[in-house]
Formats: sequence, C-alpha cells, structure tokens
Amino acid sequence: MSTDVLAEEVGAPAPEGGAGGRSVWRTMRRDPAAMAGLVVVALLVLVAIAAPLLTAIEGQDYTSYHDGLLDSARGGVPKGDLGGISAQHWLGVEPKTGRDLFARVVYGARVSLVVAIAATILQLTIGLVIGLAAGLGGRIADAVLSRLTDLVLAFPALIFSIALLGIVPQSFPRPVLLVLVLALFGWAGTARITRGQALTLKTRDYVAAARLAGGRGVRLARREIVPGLAAPVITYAALMVPGNIVAEAGLSFLGVGINPPTPSWGQMLSQATTWFGGDPMYVLIPGVLLFGTVLSFTLVGDGLRTALDPRSTALSTRAE
Amino acid sequence: MAAYLVRRVLGALVVLLVLSAAVYVIFYALPGNPAQLVCGPKTCQPDQLHRIETELGLDQPIWVQYWHFLVGIVAGRTFSGGPEAIHCAAPCLGYSYQTGEPVTALLLDRLPVSASLVVGGFVIWVLVGVGLGVVSALRRGRALDRIVTTATLAGNSVPVFLVGLLLLILFCVYLQWLPFPGYQPLTASPALWAQNLILPWVSLSVVSAAVYTRLTRTSMLETLAEDHIRTFRAYGLGESRLIRRHALRGALTPLITIGTIDLATSLTGATLTESLFGLPGLGQLLVQSVRNIDLPVVVGVTILAGAVIVVANTLADILYSVADRRVALS
Repeated sequence: MSTDVLAEEVGAPAPEGGAGGRSVWRTMRRDPAAMAGLVVVALLVLVAIAAPLLTAIEGQDYTSYHDGLLDSARGGVPKGDLGGISAQHWLGVEPKTGRDLFARVVYGARVSLVVAIAATILQLTIGLVIGLAAGLGGRIADAVLSRLTDLVLAFPALIFSIALLGIVPQSFPRPVLLVLVLALFGWAGTARITRGQALTLKTRDYVAAARLAGGRGVRLARREIVPGLAAPVITYAALMVPGNIVAEAGLSFLGVGINPPTPSWGQMLSQATTWFGGDPMYVLIPGVLLFGTVLSFTLVGDGLRTALDPRSTALSTRAE
Repeated sequence: MAAYLVRRVLGALVVLLVLSAAVYVIFYALPGNPAQLVCGPKTCQPDQLHRIETELGLDQPIWVQYWHFLVGIVAGRTFSGGPEAIHCAAPCLGYSYQTGEPVTALLLDRLPVSASLVVGGFVIWVLVGVGLGVVSALRRGRALDRIVTTATLAGNSVPVFLVGLLLLILFCVYLQWLPFPGYQPLTASPALWAQNLILPWVSLSVVSAAVYTRLTRTSMLETLAEDHIRTFRAYGLGESRLIRRHALRGALTPLITIGTIDLATSLTGATLTESLFGLPGLGQLLVQSVRNIDLPVVVGVTILAGAVIVVANTLADILYSVADRRVALS
C-alpha cells in the first residue's frame, strides 16, 4: 500500500515543521500583542489556581447571600455606586442575592479555563488519533474516517450540543459532560489537519528511510510523524482554547451548561439579562473578563501561528 | 454537469439519512424512559404515557421506530393509540404531545422569525466584512489596515450575547433611542420589523463580519499577486477598473461557499441571539423544548438543522463550480 501512495504524494509541498522552540520564543517576544495576551493568560491561570486563597484574603465566598446590601425599593439592585463596590466586596455584589461578585468571577475563571483546556486536550487527542489512522492506515480506513470527519464538520454542533446537554439527566456531573460534548464535535478540524500532514510527511525521505530500517506501525508514527505535526497542530490548538471558552459560556448562557450554584461567566451574563437596566456592572464585570480572556488566548494563538509558520511570517514581513 | 449534479445530490441524501438516523437513535436510545421524555417530566399522566408507548412503537426495536419516523417524513403518519387518532401530514417530523401540535407546524411557525434575523444579519456581515477586507487589502501595511486587522481580532473574540447586552445597555437604557426589542412580523409593519431587529442583526453579525474581513483581506491579497492581474496592470488597465472587474471576482469566489454554509448554520444556530432578545425563532424553540424536555421537538429541530446544512453544502459546491470554471466537476 505504501508504494503507490508514495508515488502519488511525491511533489506535494513539504511543510517545514521544526522551527525549534527557541526561535519561536524569539519571534513571539518581538510581538507585543502576543506578549500582552500571554501576560493576561498567565495572570488568569494564577487567579484561577489561587481562587480559594484570593477569596479568603477578601473574606468572602461565592455562595453566601447578603440581603442587607441590596436596595429593596429598587427591586433588589446593590446599594451604592458601581454595583456596590466596597472594601469588603471588591467587585460589588450580585443583584437579588447579594452574593460576592469577586468570588463568583474568580471561581468562574476556574470553570471556564478547566472546561476549555480539558476539552481542547480531548479534542486534540481524538483528532490526532483519527487523523493519524486516516493518514497512515490504508485506503479503507482513510475513506471511512475522512467521511466521518466530514460528517462531524457539517454537523449542527451548537444545536446538537444544546439538545444533548438538555436531555442527559442532571445527575451526570456537568463540567465533565460539557467537556465530553465539546470534544465530541470539536475534534474534526484537528483530524483533517493531522491527516493532511501525515500524508505529506510519510512521503519524506527520512520517513522512507526509517521504514526501510524496519520502522513500523505506532512506533514509526510516534517517532517520525508526530514530531513533524507539532507546528500546525499547536497553532490550531492555541485557537481552539478561546473557541471552547466561548462555547462553554454560550451553553451556560442558554442554561444547559454549568449548573448553579457553581458560578460560570456565561451563566452570570444570562442572569444579567434581567438586570442590565438597573445594574450594568453585573453585565460589565463578567463580560469584560470573558472578552479579555478570549482575546488574550486569541492573541497568543495568532502570535504562535506567525512564529511557527514560516509562510505567514514571510507574508507579514512583506506587508511591513 | 448532469452526472455531477446527480452524484452530488445522491451523496447529500446519504449524509442526510446517516445524520437523521444518528440523531434519532442517540435521543431515543439514551438512558432513561423515552416515553417519559416525549410526554414531559411534570404533567404526564399514566394513560398518556401508555398511549405514547404504543403510538411511537417504543417497545419495538429502535430501527423499526426510526423506519416509521422516516415513512412519516415522506408519507405522513397517523398516531392512533388514544381515544382519537392524531393525523400528522407529510412531512411529519413527529408530534409534540406537550403542546398538542405536529412538530412540523411548530417549526414552520418559527421559521419566519429566524429567517428575518439571519437574512438581515447576513447582509450586514457580508457588506461590512467584504468592504473592510477589500479596503484593508488595498491599504496593506498602512495604519488603516492595522486598525482593521486589530479590530477583527477583537470582533472575533466577543461573544454574541455580550455584544447584544452592551448594545441593549447603550441604546435602550442610556441613550433610550430604541425600545426593548420585541418581534414584529414583516407583513404587519416593515418599519417596526426592522426597528425591532436592528440590535439583533448587529449582534449576530459582529463575529462573522470580523471573520469575513480577514478572509476577504487574505483572498484579495492572493488575487492581487496573481499573474493575470499583473498582466492587466502591465497593459495599462486603470486601477479602479482592474479591482472592480477582475480582482474582486477572483477574491470573492471562495466566499460563496463559506457564505452559503454560514447562512444555513445561522438559520437554526442563532440560538444565543434569539434567546437574548426573546425572538421566537427556531433556536429559542429548541431551548424551550430542551427546558421542558419535549423530545419530539428537540429531535425535529436537530434534524432540520442538519438537513439545512447538508442542503447548503451541496448548493455551495454547485454554486462554486458555476462561479469558478477552473473547478473540475469531479
């Protein structure tokens, strides 16, 4: 099987995968937008990890109600300016319940990042396995898996996720379910890229040499093909994380994601839809965080793409 | 051409079959009692439950159930397990026992709302996206290009419901230029229809406008670098004519595919916008049915969404082959 594919694919453009970590870092460091994104992402990860510590310093938690801080004459919006920001409640409190907003957004960051990153890892794993199996596994495997990939890419993923999340019993742990549902529909892009790269890479001389030297199967794939996949797959993965953050927020906004009382930014924004007139801070605080997080990950992903892909670097330098 | 069309349509039919079977089997074979899910968790009576079991044949193998469902789509179907028979005309996508209406009728009710939202949004995001993309490509590397490119990154990162909420705060609370939107049918009053939809249209189009700007910019730059453009220029063709007559055509062809598919995806996928603005469209129907656990409606919306996307994919391929003669019909 290998020889005719070899003959077919010779002459296909060869990707230059091995840009090397150090040179990637050097290119990234010259990109102020990507660096700013990286700083924000690092801060967010720290905040998410240190959530219990930060709320302990503030002296609040995300479940306690504070009725005394609400203005019942105005329908339960927080007393005071800017949604009740004070020394005790750094970002004010929620309308109607008076729960501490700082504690809720900090724990919301945890949910957002954990779900998005876990989903990305699972999507990458499935995509890599299916893509490699399609690219290296022979004609029938390729035909079946490629059709499957096309089918998933054409699937109404959002609709299907909403339906599935709504029908699965509430007793199933929600964050795990969210990760599974996001992964179920999110692996196809990675699979397609992996397959394309694997088809190209396996015709390269060094892979042919490894094969002649007796390399076979999983070992050959792992040692000779997978390293060459790193650049395109990392680039793609970096942009999958913000996509998953938006997806989680959207599903929680629709009420089929994270269940209360666990806080999630999307869920907070959904509650904010009834309060935006009286308490705009309740929209702005989770909103700005969500937007900032997604933008930062996108900037990092964009920077990585420029640093890893020599063609796009060439394009952008020509543009200067 | 005819052979290509036949092959393409047959392929689409196969995908549709696989997709609808997957949806049906997943939802009716899920752990739990499907009759209970069809009937509704709160209001269901035991005799109603029994009736649903016999009418949908839930004691039979799942493939038999799916077969009856397929026959219903093509030829209509009568549910006759209860005191009076319920007739569901073709194309029958099932019967919602909770609302007492055929699923197809529920979907047709909501379709004009979703169509109003999506068509308006589509016009905005294509005009803004293509416009900014072309301008950005022509001013490549200059300040305007940088501003547009940065703006697309931001536009790409902002969730639909956040744009919507911010627009509501700005225009309905602070400036008070607009009342809070509530859907008005186009047939009743075109002016009110547009006034109520302007904020949803803008919210829906921000992300896509950003994506189209980037796509158009890249595509335009690639086209401008092609040999035939250089040749035209060398022959002394005026720059504006060159761009209007030759570069734009080449640059915009790839957008046909993406545009058709995006239009189809948004028709059922504008769920977030519909939810936020309370527009009674297909997406909102899905969210409501999921909340009430109305299984026939959930399955109906999901299959409709899949069908619309498959049809759009097929149309897009055919349109593309017409627009770009270089694409071999193979």
